[in-house]
Amino acid sequence: MSDATTPLTTADGKPLKAALAASMMRAKRRAFLLVAPLFLFVLVTFVVPIGQMLFQSVHNDGFSSTAPALKEWFSEHPLGTPYDESAYAALASDLKLMRENRTQGQAGTRINYDVAGTRSLFTSTARKINRMEAPWKEALLAENEDWADPNLWRAMRSASNPYTIDFYLAALDHTRDKDNNIVPVDEGRAIYGKLFLRTAILSIVITVLCMLLAFPIAHLLATLPLAKSNLLMIFVLLPFWTSLLVRTTSWMVLLQQQGVLNDVLVWLGILNNDGRLEMMYNKTGTIIAMTHILLPFMVLPLYSVMRTIPPSYVRAARSLGATSWTAFRKIYLPQTLPGIGAGALLVFILSVGYYITPALVGGADGQLISNMIAFHMQKSLNWSLAAALASLLLGGVIILYWLYDRLVGIDNMKLG
Amino acid sequence: MTNADSGDGFVVFDRVQKSYDGETLVVKDLNLSISKGEFVTMLGPSGSGKTTCLMMLAGFEMATHGEIRLDGRNINNVPPHKRGIGMVFQNYALFPHMTVGENLAFPLNVRGMNKSDQETKVKRALDMVQMGRFINRRPAQLSGGQQQRIALARALVFDPELVLMDEPLGALDKQLREHMQFEIKHLHESLGITVVYVTHDQGEALTMSDRVAVFDDGRIQQLAPPDELYERPQNSFVAQFIGENNKLPGKVESLNGDTCTVRLETGEIIAATAVNIGQSGQETLVSIRPERVEFKPEMMPEGSHMISAEVLEVIYMGDIFRTRMKVAGSTEFVMKSRNTLDQKRLTPGETIKIGWHPQDARALEPM
Amino acid sequence: MKKVLVLSTAIAGLAAGSASAQSVTVLSWGGSYEKSQVEAYNKPFTEATGISVNMEAADNPATPIKAQVEANNVSIDVADVEKSDAIRLCDEGLLEPLDPDTDLAAAPDGTPASDDFIDGSFTDCGVANIVWSTVMSYNTDKVDGDPTTIADFFDTTKYPGKRGLRKSAKGTLEFALMGAGVPASDVYKELGTQEGVDKAFAELDKIKGDVVWWDAGAQPPQLLADGEVVMSTAYNGRIFNAKVAEDQPFKIVWDGQLLDFDFFVIPKGAPHLKEAKEYLKFATGTKPLADQAKWISYGPARKSSAPMVGLYEDGKTEMGPEMPTAPDNMTNALVNDSEFWADHDTELSERFNAWLSS
Repeated sequence: MSDATTPLTTADGKPLKAALAASMMRAKRRAFLLVAPLFLFVLVTFVVPIGQMLFQSVHNDGFSSTAPALKEWFSEHPLGTPYDESAYAALASDLKLMRENRTQGQAGTRINYDVAGTRSLFTSTARKINRMEAPWKEALLAENEDWADPNLWRAMRSASNPYTIDFYLAALDHTRDKDNNIVPVDEGRAIYGKLFLRTAILSIVITVLCMLLAFPIAHLLATLPLAKSNLLMIFVLLPFWTSLLVRTTSWMVLLQQQGVLNDVLVWLGILNNDGRLEMMYNKTGTIIAMTHILLPFMVLPLYSVMRTIPPSYVRAARSLGATSWTAFRKIYLPQTLPGIGAGALLVFILSVGYYITPALVGGADGQLISNMIAFHMQKSLNWSLAAALASLLLGGVIILYWLYDRLVGIDNMKLG
Repeated sequence: MTNADSGDGFVVFDRVQKSYDGETLVVKDLNLSISKGEFVTMLGPSGSGKTTCLMMLAGFEMATHGEIRLDGRNINNVPPHKRGIGMVFQNYALFPHMTVGENLAFPLNVRGMNKSDQETKVKRALDMVQMGRFINRRPAQLSGGQQQRIALARALVFDPELVLMDEPLGALDKQLREHMQFEIKHLHESLGITVVYVTHDQGEALTMSDRVAVFDDGRIQQLAPPDELYERPQNSFVAQFIGENNKLPGKVESLNGDTCTVRLETGEIIAATAVNIGQSGQETLVSIRPERVEFKPEMMPEGSHMISAEVLEVIYMGDIFRTRMKVAGSTEFVMKSRNTLDQKRLTPGETIKIGWHPQDARALEPM
Repeated sequence: MKKVLVLSTAIAGLAAGSASAQSVTVLSWGGSYEKSQVEAYNKPFTEATGISVNMEAADNPATPIKAQVEANNVSIDVADVEKSDAIRLCDEGLLEPLDPDTDLAAAPDGTPASDDFIDGSFTDCGVANIVWSTVMSYNTDKVDGDPTTIADFFDTTKYPGKRGLRKSAKGTLEFALMGAGVPASDVYKELGTQEGVDKAFAELDKIKGDVVWWDAGAQPPQLLADGEVVMSTAYNGRIFNAKVAEDQPFKIVWDGQLLDFDFFVIPKGAPHLKEAKEYLKFATGTKPLADQAKWISYGPARKSSAPMVGLYEDGKTEMGPEMPTAPDNMTNALVNDSEFWADHDTELSERFNAWLSS
């Protein structure tokens, strides 16, 4: 028996702790090599792009990298300095540089995000800058008096720093006035807040609908004999096997005003021909189509949870004196919560990010925030704003995830 | 076959039949009467219909035909939650999302009992199974034996007069199982409740029960107290199913009331107790318990029948020796002898004389 | 900003691999439009020069250009992009500069290229190949009477029924202003003012409850065919296709049509610059541009091509009158002002979307 205070050693006298660490290290290294491909894959395809996105939402050097003279001028002259000849000279020298490097469009685009209508100001002035002469203030204002706009100078000052929170302001329907104060945008242009709210509400409705529809199906699947439940499972998974567009289009065919469902209702005499229901190209259409598309994501986790609940729990409850309703409410339902939680989280997160379906069947009031992200990614190419919107959405989802973890516990979640 | 008179028992199965598919009967014409305070075990191999009977009694299965009465009342159409029967399930079925205390309070809660009464009752029930300090644990934090106690306490907390137990000890290891058998038995005695217990473990059935109903093929093969079941099996199935048995096939040579002589296949004639054989000349199976076989002449009971045997194998099992021998053509004949200080050790290849009392050789109708 | 997608593009570049020296990679829009280009440009080009053409399709070919050039890993030699993108990409320095007179072929009669193309066909780095148009069209089975002007589109009392409009500010506000009676020539001037924008939205308010908004070019012909709408704005090529190939009772109202160009551009750093320029010169020649009209009803951007436009591939439909650029169709036509939209898209889109959801 060795003394408790002397360190243990291996048979050949090495300290036991070091030997243990060495042998564990080998096992760890081998385990790491096994996960390394996946780790790299996730890093390259997921972590890096998301990191870039987050970075881009606060970083845009479209102006700061193309207008070095103005950048210097702004750093030497604090806000409130009148824009005198020296400022215009810096502007002129930058415009010349832009002309040379063909970056006037890039610079103009960046300022245009802030002050609409300025992109062409940059491109047209840059085109003529080589024919202009000092004094620059006079020359530039003669070319276009918009150059005197204090709001434009405020925008150029803020854009001269590549790091900015302005895209987040824009994503929250705010902007800066000419004195750099944060103010809400005109009511007529405020859109993102409304869309975030609508996205959340619509997603909640879809999640609840999915829950109500999936619960009985999942229960049936879990209790039927395997052969029958497999058949039923095929019907549940069918939406997964058809292309999204085909599914969406078939909903259109079914639900539009001249569609199958309305035709049948008119034919049955339930509706008259002028009173056809509008179930497509509005919120109803979005909800129906998305509920259908996302239903499997609710059924599968529910099913996998229900499968593991032995019938003896409900039987036990019944034998202990509970009516079948009480047994369901107090015994069965609580045990399906991990499935409900997982399914709801999954469906909610997916519906928050859906945009093809709302774009096709949503009409005017079925637009979601993801449609605006797509718009800024693909059409306006204001990637920084798209990134800011996406980051806000991501943040919202993460908060939701955190809340879920606090309330239910993430280890209680069963995905399948 | 035993037909209990289905008159005035506490629990009565009266000509009960059950079929799941309309083609085969899982339970065939079951008659069983259990009196108040009795501990009855339904024992049988899987698929013999014992669990179905229990489920019908609990109300989870409907009898296809016949009547089930509880305390004189027909309960065929009473839903499970109104039967007031406590039940312990094979896998305990403790509600995993509730604490031990909540699990126990559940049956009281659904009965609308007020909180303070609930607490008293829960505490009492937990103390009864010595689990008082686990009241705030979750089932997943308990060992198998502890869960089993909680399940028991839960089935008893609302003071049911009848408690059903469906293989409640099946998941426990041997030592714990034996310990729990005593506890259940003890509770049964101290509370005076009626227990219907289902198991496929004959040891369990014999240890605990007042009476055991041996099920096979949808029928009760024998309903009797454990000792009678073991000592006097009524047919070959019971003889084979309960305990170990040596079987010697032969023909009935002569029949005289309770006794008979049987000619074995090797030509030897032995005396035996006639149980359910018809007449002389009929095929029979003579069953002899291994521990009733002796080989030392001084230990041989009076009037023993002697027959020669060749020792094939001797297995040392601690408390006993198990000797496999060739007797009257059968190579599976087993003798169990106690490992006493002066026990003589046999060696394989040795030829000896063995014997037993004719009362222990029971001539049964072959299956 | 430039770092975005660098990595993913690099991976895409690896996958694409490198084509052989004697080939060019052309990125276009897919579908029947791509088919017209394969038939009219690529096949004759390969026949004439021996350089093979590798055709690829993208949802919007401008998007990969930005990503590829910024990642310094260009696999595209020539891309077919919308005019607004051609201007923007050029301004951002992502394209090779082009000089019409040296890089493009002269007309058969010797007219230099710079004089032979329709106005607005050049930017510093791109050249138009075809002209397409967003037009108002209707289902003759579902509309009583004979709408002839864009104003009829916004008049639901005279022509009751649902209307289809593209769910974007771009393209919709112009129609609204023309519907309110603003002549094509003044549309962008008005749209640059607050009053003009208000006027456009007031016009849209008139039919807001009757609009089915579409998003993809395939939707309007479908909506018209199903009877979901009786009138819709649509791409002229799609309507033509539905009329000729599917025999749909559709009619185009050319009044107030919104013309747009598709441009050929060469990304900066194109792997086969010499071949790319050769391809561009060939494809924008008088004959290939006239030929492409045989497969799709988009007008050639070259004046000298117009008389050579013949029959559709079915061999009986005269393509001349189906061209957006046919003189009869040009009486009140508006050319999409890409400069204007580059300046105002964000602002007007925000207002448009806010209006949509109010």
